[in-house]
Amino acid sequence: MSIDEANKTCLQRIQESTAVWSDIKTAKDVIPGMTQRTVLHAGPPVAWEHMCGPMRGSITGACIYEGWASTPEEVEQLAISGELEFDSSHHRNAIGPMSGIITPSMEVNVVTNTVHGIETYSTLYMGIGKVLRHGAFDDEVMTKLRWMNKELAPLLKSALGRAGGIDLKSIVAQALQMGDELHNRNKASNALLLTALVQHLISVGEKNEVVKAIDFIDKAGHFILNAVMAGSKGMLDAGSNIENSTIVTALARNGHETGIRVSGLGDRWFTAPAPMIEGVYFPGFGPEDANPDMGDSAITETIGLGSFAMAGAPAVVEYIGGTAKFAMETTLKMYEITVGEHETFKLPPVNFRGTPLGIDIRKVVETGITPVINTGIACKRPGVGQIGAGLTAAPMECFTAALEAFVLRNKS
Amino acid sequence: MKPDQSLLQQPIRVINIGLESFSEDLRKAEIPVIQMDWRPPAGGDLRLVALLDSLAEEA
Repeated sequence: MSIDEANKTCLQRIQESTAVWSDIKTAKDVIPGMTQRTVLHAGPPVAWEHMCGPMRGSITGACIYEGWASTPEEVEQLAISGELEFDSSHHRNAIGPMSGIITPSMEVNVVTNTVHGIETYSTLYMGIGKVLRHGAFDDEVMTKLRWMNKELAPLLKSALGRAGGIDLKSIVAQALQMGDELHNRNKASNALLLTALVQHLISVGEKNEVVKAIDFIDKAGHFILNAVMAGSKGMLDAGSNIENSTIVTALARNGHETGIRVSGLGDRWFTAPAPMIEGVYFPGFGPEDANPDMGDSAITETIGLGSFAMAGAPAVVEYIGGTAKFAMETTLKMYEITVGEHETFKLPPVNFRGTPLGIDIRKVVETGITPVINTGIACKRPGVGQIGAGLTAAPMECFTAALEAFVLRNKS
Repeated sequence: MKPDQSLLQQPIRVINIGLESFSEDLRKAEIPVIQMDWRPPAGGDLRLVALLDSLAEEA
């Protein structure tokens, strides 16, 4: 099969994929290979000694939540002694924003690609500011984490069961035409999700817990993000492992390195040091407090959302910085490094063109344009949390390394 | 070419490919100019260009 034919097959499998938020289950019951001490994290694999402050903070919170330790010192001892089994979530059909920490007792969204029979998993979205995924772990964070897993998750599970699942792909398509880009702007998608969910929440829950759940999902602002990320991974995984395809199927960062995976190159990661982020900081914080780029959420860009869909979401620049003109220019640039356009995700401001889809390592290297990423900024110190949001770009070294490997593979 | 059809006797409109300072000089002279966003393939890295060329045969 030629490269063009392989890429066409890859895109077709992605295009025909679905993403249905179908259930909530406990991580240890559904995530493959989840042992009693497994700790999954965002991005390519990274050892404890290279993990950044916010990722260590998140692991500290997760270990306290699991009852494995009660102080950061005890967690560090567990990690150094090798008692924690670290792995990339991407290796286990899972995905997570920022540090993306998943431990066995956490409840996870189950998102199903019904066409290709792929299930993917992500934790529940916690909100912005002082949250676990950004490395915060004080009593307030732990109380919220326990409520989400012990009370909110069972309620959502019942509601989803009654609904028979919620079609995320349709919500994404609709929200793109309502001014969202589905990474850092989810005003419409979050409301659409709540609209789809609310009648079922009311039907299965007690009034007080339902009111609390609705209020939380509404105020969290981006509650849908984690489920959309799992859905994006499920759709892209359908396009992975296509012999001779040059399309990127994963783009992820762990706060130390950024990595990509390419369909025709299997599960290999091509990595480079994670870049810093240019952005807008919350009051009291600045660039000197920022951690390098982190999280699996660039899976949204990989599926044609986030910065790739910014032309349809000019208001997102109020959160991440830039101008409406820049938002348009970014989407137009991303068309230069992709081989197709999404058949379902359409952008009104560019005459309903589909969002740029199928990042091609050849085009990235040839044009010198790397994928732009809209993202949150974590404080580099563990225990603080999110301090802003902004823009960065995947390092070119990931793509040149992948290109070299691709050529070498074809020669052998 | 007749003298009144000379290029220099018509209004000049320019598309510039390459150094943007050429565009800036023309703009200062109030000449309409479009700066094309162009750069050499792979930033001019011949090794990468060779890798891309080797794949072009398989495309």
